[in-house]
Amino acid sequence: MTRPRLQAEHVRLGYDERIVVDGLDFDVADESVTVIIGPNGCGKSTLLRGMGRLLRPRGGSVLLDGKRIDKLPTRDVARTVGVLPQTPSAPAGLTVGDLVARGRQPHQHWYRQWSAGDEEAVAYALSVTGMSSFAERPVDELSGGQRQRAWISMTLAQQTSLLLLDEPITYLDLAHQVDVLDLVYRLHTERGTTVVMVLHDLNLAARYADTLVAMHDGRIVSQGKPGEVLTEELLSDVFGLDAKVVSDPVAGTPLVLPISAHLRDEV
Amino acid sequence: MNATLAAEPAPAGRRALHRRRTRRLLSLAALAGALVVAAAASLAYGAHPVPLEAVWQALVAPAGGEDDIIVRSLRVPRTVLGILAGLALGAGGALMQGHTRNPLADPGLLGVNQGAALGVVTAVVVFDVTALGGYIWFGFAGALIAAVLVFVLGTVRGGATPVTLALAGAAVSALLYGLISAIVLSDRQGMDTYRFWHVGSIAGRELAVAGQLAPFLIAGFVLALANTPGLNSLALGEDVSTALGRHVGRTRLLGIAAITLLVGAAVSACGPIAFVGLLVPHMARVVTGPDYRWLVPCAALLGAVLVLLADVLGRLVAGDTLEVGILLAAVGAPGFIYLVRRRGLSKI
Repeated sequence: MTRPRLQAEHVRLGYDERIVVDGLDFDVADESVTVIIGPNGCGKSTLLRGMGRLLRPRGGSVLLDGKRIDKLPTRDVARTVGVLPQTPSAPAGLTVGDLVARGRQPHQHWYRQWSAGDEEAVAYALSVTGMSSFAERPVDELSGGQRQRAWISMTLAQQTSLLLLDEPITYLDLAHQVDVLDLVYRLHTERGTTVVMVLHDLNLAARYADTLVAMHDGRIVSQGKPGEVLTEELLSDVFGLDAKVVSDPVAGTPLVLPISAHLRDEV
Repeated sequence: MNATLAAEPAPAGRRALHRRRTRRLLSLAALAGALVVAAAASLAYGAHPVPLEAVWQALVAPAGGEDDIIVRSLRVPRTVLGILAGLALGAGGALMQGHTRNPLADPGLLGVNQGAALGVVTAVVVFDVTALGGYIWFGFAGALIAAVLVFVLGTVRGGATPVTLALAGAAVSALLYGLISAIVLSDRQGMDTYRFWHVGSIAGRELAVAGQLAPFLIAGFVLALANTPGLNSLALGEDVSTALGRHVGRTRLLGIAAITLLVGAAVSACGPIAFVGLLVPHMARVVTGPDYRWLVPCAALLGAVLVLLADVLGRLVAGDTLEVGILLAAVGAPGFIYLVRRRGLSKI
């Protein structure tokens, strides 16, 4: 096993007086797809922001390729790690093309604002997310799904070998959810991109993750193959969800079937 | 977005990028042309109109006639100062709205205007400096001190945010305004000078004033342009900006330094000329869109055009007695209301 790309060591994260994640250890293996699941407020996004140096740890450290991420020049980090925060917002009138072009910032210098490489990367990112024909449209006039793809496209234009995505498929209909996850999966298989995602959809999480990480109350309660992690017991303990877990007839991964209150007597 | 990972080239996206850039270059060139026209008008028109050929003659080969004296000693300083102040207020306004992400932000938000005003008043009342060339420096120092004070007060744990800066700016401005009122109410000469300065005018200044402030303005412009890529990333939110490899704190500091130099220098020389910094970025944004690398230079040029045209209009309407600050307030307020009603103030 090679060295982890990204590591959290006894990391302590929080906002103002409130500590959300305390003393957590977490490794992200090279060329893996790791999906973090957990109920609202369990610290998934906080952990992802800490791993992507958007939130400075109060204690412990985050290591990128074995080096402390806060000691590395942030531009260098931005050429290695792409982070897409939850629900970012674009200024009015910003076109999709301009938004995606801003993903090239870590590769640009004051003396060279635009290069052939930038153009190539932007064209690629637009086309791979199906947004080429939207390049001239303002982001604020797009549907929620198109907007999400525009932001993903910006993150891809950054051309990083590591991607941290916070709920990248929220606001998308099921077909577009699958599209985005298929894209992520192909980046992973064809380019060896290492991906860490926060997802709410447990079934899609189980289907696309190499490693599933379940969080509760700022701690990692279970970590491993989706089949090992996503059990009826865990759903009850972590989510307080009464559910049956069966084998997904399409993928063979776990499939969560919640037991609604009015059906409880019949099951 | 199926089956496209093998990235066929995307001509549509590429063409769009090129077209956009061409359009922006053309707008910039058009604005530069408009500035030349406005400058020519500012040199030619007034209580005593001078034909353009005579203006040219006065500039390149003066013979000492009446036209030459009017153009060289009155209109050239006024025009140069108008251009500099307009450039500074336009660029400063665009930066200020970008950093605060607030379409109503005015370049005076950081307390620069009141700081400069207190400097001017102090110079007159305490140090007995009555010459414009003298109290400009007090005004400039006051603007710098006020901006630093606002930045220090607005920096809470985790750095200065647009909200804490705006609050600190409002508090410091209110405090300084109280001090200014206390001083000028008890000193007649202070009151007169303050009133004269506070109107906002580019008339009656010597060319040396523009020359002395030019280094600060040039430094301000360099910082402002250097700040624009960072501002573009900040416009996407602090998280995205950090993810793109920016130091949010440094980007803000650079912007505040640029705003302070530009607006502090312009205001101390010309008084707080109203509406330029507020109005011009919105007009420029219509042309350039929200890319600050284009918006800041366009807003600067547009600011200069607006100040010169307003000044010329004031001269034509009332023959040298209507100061540019008054005219801009009279024209700017309806203009701003029109922009708000017609386009809505865009989310920044």
